[in-house]
Amino acid sequence: MTWDLKSDRPIYLQLVEHLQLAIVSGRLPAGSRVPPVRELASQAAVNPNTMQKALQELEQSGLIQTQRTSGRIVTEDTDRIQATRDLLAKNQLDAFFEQMQRLGCTRHEILALVEKELSIV
Amino acid sequence: MEPILECRKLFKDYTSCRALAGVDLSLYPGRIIGLLGPNGSGKSTLIKLAAGLLTPTSGELFVAGKTPGAATKSLVSYLPERTYLPDWMTAQQVIDFFADFYADFDAQAAADMLHRLNILPGTKLKTMSKGTKEKVQLILVMSRRAQLYLLDEPIGGVDPAARDYILQTILTNYNPEAAVVISTHLIGDVEKILDQVVFLQNGQVMLCATVDDIRAEHGCSVDTFFREVFKC
Repeated sequence: MTWDLKSDRPIYLQLVEHLQLAIVSGRLPAGSRVPPVRELASQAAVNPNTMQKALQELEQSGLIQTQRTSGRIVTEDTDRIQATRDLLAKNQLDAFFEQMQRLGCTRHEILALVEKELSIV
Repeated sequence: MEPILECRKLFKDYTSCRALAGVDLSLYPGRIIGLLGPNGSGKSTLIKLAAGLLTPTSGELFVAGKTPGAATKSLVSYLPERTYLPDWMTAQQVIDFFADFYADFDAQAAADMLHRLNILPGTKLKTMSKGTKEKVQLILVMSRRAQLYLLDEPIGGVDPAARDYILQTILTNYNPEAAVVISTHLIGDVEKILDQVVFLQNGQVMLCATVDDIRAEHGCSVDTFFREVFKC
């Protein structure tokens, strides 16, 4: 994982997004062990307390669970992971539509462009 | 939790100027704190007071509840802004020197770091470049198992690649019982590893906040925020 952190937004939010992406994309699969805070902090070159805060945020949203003896694991609730994935996809779509509308594209044009792009790929 | 460093109405006057004008500040263990401010804002003075090198004109300062003195020297690992090591010594000799001097010094950790930064233990300080000398000093200071690290401009003369390694070193040596105070102008390089920043201006604490609070509130990095606040 490479941690590309922007300088104009809170660090912990970016860490949350990064870890969410790792989970929904399956790089951190359901039920797998989450690396220890220090290890993650060192990888991302951030303060351990900031990483801790990001993990707590993910715990509250239910994507990560703390186990008393063996640290943290990714939730086994695949529905929840799917729901997070849908939400992230929706956000991307919203942003995309906003940009396209700014370009003056109609819904019809957008659909045609997407279909054309998909047929190429 | 007891603060590791506490200042109450701290004043420090030099012959011709006032360096600190009523600093109230409590810093807690387990944190990495950035001490930021324009030139002459009192950063080094505050660090020297905490290290016990200066005495306050008035007000109080406590390190782990004690007035700075012989007893706090074993708790505090201080990196001065200038080198004070005799330059005829080799890197290995200064490591041995520190090992004799401080009970909490980890000579093995120091040797490992020298190796990682490709500094040969037999090199004399005299023949080292400015940046290499700074690296050696920082290695010495970070190899102690202290409760309060006071780093005055630790990465100024160090190249960006070594800077990353040094910041990693500070992170991996991070100890929940200890606090690290870093005074620096290279805010962009250090802000990711900081919990908290303290802005000093004209000898007073202007702001004390977490990095993420500043970013959330002002929508910019601490580095950008600093440039706005202290715009000349």
